[in-house]
Amino acid sequence: MLELKNVQTSYGNIQALQDVNLTIHAGEIVTLIGANGAGKSTTLMTISGIVPCRRGKILLKGQEIQALSPDKIVALGVCQVPEGRHIFADLTVRENLDLGAFLRTDKAGIKQDLEYVYSLFPILAERRHQSGGTLSGGQQQMLAMSRALMARPQLLLLDEPSMGLAPLVIKQIFEIIKAINKEHNTTIFLVEQNAHQALHIADRGYVIENGRIILADSADKLLNNPDVQKAYLGI
Amino acid sequence: MITVKEVKRSLLVSLWFVFLTFPLMVIKVNPYERTVSWRWSNMVYVAIGTFVISLLAKAWFVRKERRMARQQDSCHARIPIIQRILQRPGYRYPLAAFLLGAVLAFPHLFSTYQANIMTTALMYIVLGLGLNIVVGVAGLLDLGYVAFYAVGAYSYALLNLHFGLGFWTVLPVGGLLAALFGVLLGFPVLRLRGDYLAIVTLGFGEIIRLILENWNAFSKGPSGISNIPRPGFFGLEMSLDQAMIYMYYLMIGLLLVTIFVVNRLQDSRLGRAWLALREDEIACQAMGIDKTRTKLIAFSLGAFWAGLIGVIFAAKTTFVNPASFTFMESAIILSIVVLGGMGSIVGVILGALILVLLPEYLRALSEYRMLAFGAILVAMMIFKPEGLIANVRRIYCYQGRKSNTALKNDE
Repeated sequence: MLELKNVQTSYGNIQALQDVNLTIHAGEIVTLIGANGAGKSTTLMTISGIVPCRRGKILLKGQEIQALSPDKIVALGVCQVPEGRHIFADLTVRENLDLGAFLRTDKAGIKQDLEYVYSLFPILAERRHQSGGTLSGGQQQMLAMSRALMARPQLLLLDEPSMGLAPLVIKQIFEIIKAINKEHNTTIFLVEQNAHQALHIADRGYVIENGRIILADSADKLLNNPDVQKAYLGI
Repeated sequence: MITVKEVKRSLLVSLWFVFLTFPLMVIKVNPYERTVSWRWSNMVYVAIGTFVISLLAKAWFVRKERRMARQQDSCHARIPIIQRILQRPGYRYPLAAFLLGAVLAFPHLFSTYQANIMTTALMYIVLGLGLNIVVGVAGLLDLGYVAFYAVGAYSYALLNLHFGLGFWTVLPVGGLLAALFGVLLGFPVLRLRGDYLAIVTLGFGEIIRLILENWNAFSKGPSGISNIPRPGFFGLEMSLDQAMIYMYYLMIGLLLVTIFVVNRLQDSRLGRAWLALREDEIACQAMGIDKTRTKLIAFSLGAFWAGLIGVIFAAKTTFVNPASFTFMESAIILSIVVLGGMGSIVGVILGALILVLLPEYLRALSEYRMLAFGAILVAMMIFKPEGLIANVRRIYCYQGRKSNTALKNDE
C-alpha cells in the first residue's frame, strides 16, 4: 500500500529523517514508536505532504507521491489526524465533519458515513451543534478521528491519538481504531508515544530513533524485545 | 449594587484622569502676553465627569454579567436581535420590502446632497463586504486593500483617457484587473500569517500609491486625471442632479448583487474552506483543502469588489489622484469590518453606515467631530468588542438531559 524508500526530510539545516524505509501493506495496522523528537510526526507529515520530502521516494500503491501537494495526496485516499487534534474550534462538530468530506461529492455516501461516525462516537451526535472548541480533550480526539474518517480514507495516519487523555479514554479510542481497521478494511499507520497500547493493537511495528528506523518487526516480537521493553515500555 | 470598593476605584480613576489631563485642561499658556492662566474649574469638571462615567461603566458591566448569567437558561437571547428577526421568515420579508422601499425612495425624499452622501456610504458598504471576504471570513489581515480600489479607479481613468472606453466596458475590466492584482499580491504572501501578512499587504498598498504618485508618464502623477465621464444610461443626457441619483441607484443595484454573492459564498464549499483556513491551516491541509488556491481566491475575490468600486468612484468624482488612496482609506474599510462584526453582512452594512455617515452628520460639532468619532470607536471596542452585530453562527443550548437541541439553522 505505502512504501517509503530512503526518505530524508529536513527543517532548514536540521535533518529530521535520515533514510527512513517503511512498508505498510493494505489492511494492516502498523505503528511507529519512538521518543520525543525521534521523527515520528515528521514521518507522518512527510507522507501527507505537509512537510516536503527532501530526498527519497514515497510510493502509494506504486505511484510516487512525494512531490504532490497535500490536497492531492488526500484525494488519493490518505488522510491524517494531526498531532494535537487540530480541530476547527469555532466551527460546530457537524461542520468539522463536513469539512472532513471536503473533497467528496457523493452526498448519499457522505450521509451514510456521517451516520457511521455518529454510531462510532454517539457523543458527537449528541453534540453536533456545539462548537468544536467546547469539547473535552477526549471528545476532540474523537472528532479529529471522525473528521478524517469522513474523507473515507484507504490509509489513515494517526498522530498520537492518546496524547493527553485519561487511560480509560485511551482504551476506548484504541478499541475504535481496531474496529475501524476491521470493519472498513482501512489501513492504519499509527504513531504513538504510548508504545504499550500501540503494539497491542498493531500487526507490525517500527522503532525510530534520531530520524532512523532502528527496529522493524511484528508487534508481538517488539513487545517481547528486551531493548524495546527497556527503552519504551518501561519494564 | 454599587459598593464602597467600586466608589473608591472610580475615585482613583478620576484622580488619574485629573493628573493626565492637567497640562491640557488646566494650564493655559499665552505666549504673546507671556502669562499662564490656571483654569481650575476644568479640573473639577474632569474629576466629576470621569467619576460618573467610571461608575456608569462599572454598573453596565455588572448588568452585562447578570444578563450573561440569565442567558445560560435561554439561549435565544444570545443571538443579536437583528439576526433573530432575520431568521423569522414572517418578519424577514416585510422588513426587507420596507427597507428596499425606503432605500429606493430615499433620493426623492431628501436632497441630492443626502443621496450623494448615501452613495458614498453604499460604496463603503460594498468595499467592507469585499474586505470582509478576506479578513472576516478567510482571516487574512489585509492592510493594503485600498490598492485594489486604486487599481479599479485608475483602470477606468486610464482606459478612458487613452482608448475612450466607456464606464460599462471598464466596470468588469477594472474588477478583473484588481482581481489579477489580488493574485499577484497573494502569491508572495501565501506563507505569511498574522502580523507579517499585515505588514506585507500594507507595503503593497503603499507601493501602488507611490507608483501612481511618481510615474508621471503613466498616471499623470499627483495632479491626477480629471474629466472622467460619468456612467451613461443608453446615451441619455443627464443633469448633474439626475446623474447623482442615477449613481445612487446604480450603487443600490451593485450592493444587492454583492450581498447576494457574498451570502451565497459564505454558505458554499469555498466559504467553508475559508472558515477552516482561518481556524487551522494544518488541519485544512490534512482535510485536502488546497491552501494555495483557497487563499488566492479569497484575495482575488476581495480585490474584485474593490476594483468595481474603484471604477465607480472614478466615475462618481470624475477625478482621480493618488491622494484618494492613502493608508487611511484601508484603515477606514478595515474599521468598518471590525466595527460591524467580522464575517457578518448586516454588521458590515451597519458599520459602514456609521463610519461614513457619522463624520458627515457630526459636522455640527465642527472641530470636535473627530474627537467624538474617536470616542465612539473606543467606547464600541470596550463595550462590544465582537462588533456591532457579531456573526453568531450556531447556538448550542444545554437543556437538561436532552442536551442537543440547538437552534436549527443548519439542517
